[in-house]
Amino acid sequence: MNIDKKIVDDLVANDISFVTTVPCKQLAGVIEEVENRDKIFHIPSNKEDEGMGLCAGAFMGGKRPAIIMQNTAIGVTINTLATLTQFYRLPLPMIISYRGELREPVACQVEMAVHTKALLAQLNIPTYHFHWQKDVEEFDNILKYTFMCNKPVAILTDANFWGGYGDQ
Amino acid sequence: MIRSEILKEIAPILNPHLVVCNIGLPSQELHMIDDNERNFYMLGTMGLSSSIGFGLALAQDKPVISIDGDGSVLTNLGTLPTIANNATGNYTLLIIDNGSYGSTGDQPTYAGKKTSLAAVATACGCDNVIEVQDKDLGPVLQSAIDSDEMTVIVCKCDSGNIKLPVITLDPVVIRHRFMEAVKA
Repeated sequence: MNIDKKIVDDLVANDISFVTTVPCKQLAGVIEEVENRDKIFHIPSNKEDEGMGLCAGAFMGGKRPAIIMQNTAIGVTINTLATLTQFYRLPLPMIISYRGELREPVACQVEMAVHTKALLAQLNIPTYHFHWQKDVEEFDNILKYTFMCNKPVAILTDANFWGGYGDQ
Repeated sequence: MIRSEILKEIAPILNPHLVVCNIGLPSQELHMIDDNERNFYMLGTMGLSSSIGFGLALAQDKPVISIDGDGSVLTNLGTLPTIANNATGNYTLLIIDNGSYGSTGDQPTYAGKKTSLAAVATACGCDNVIEVQDKDLGPVLQSAIDSDEMTVIVCKCDSGNIKLPVITLDPVVIRHRFMEAVKA
């Protein structure tokens, strides 16, 4: 199974046509797949809170949005998640590279990894953790759930899910 | 002129269009001057007026004006390259540049010192950047809205605030009526 293709197929099947991204090495394949799809408008962001602003506007303009980013972004976007996405009840699937988990080679990434789930829980953001490749089978249901409840929803995807990170 | 005087003057130009308005006093002033369902008031999230308005402009065809402030743009400077590189003709970014953080007590911003937001926007790749003095804004804004080109307007004005109440509309109501106006 090509995970990148499966994820983007599910986005398209759920009518998600506006995707903003802040890159991560683990997400490079899925970002490339997003860029290559005609049915998705891909707009890279310089920072994740900016991306959430773009997604809020796109949703109010009638498009279903999604954001692709690293888990470090949770530290950047708490105010935006609380005072924009949640306060105005906007749906936002967040496909998140969960750096600092098992098979992570960069120690500093662990420092945000240990806070990631706690922060998401504190924000009452529904959170799913993809560790095995088969976990991606839930992705379609998660997208439907997100647009049913008009909430930000986190999908954490760790290095094991992506088949390892770099040379190990 | 101070910001509330500018908003009073341009309210008839803004009225037919979708407007995303910056957090704090700008939204409170617009709400007092001409509340309508085509206004999206930001109640939080400093810095994202340009991003929200730009996402809206990309998602549909109606003209969109983001009203931003110099302090808020400085908070989210990354927005300017994003806007420049994905320009859409139905979008106008109006930066009301009074050189101060008005909503928090008029502390000075760097835009009121050495930093030129018009020069920053140009350097970021925005093709149509106009710096205008407060009294001259109306015709410049009208022609930017009428034009097929995306425009960034930096309106230089005086700092200063009027006293007025906070917006008590529920955010979901603001969002719902705004989305109905987008669809109308």
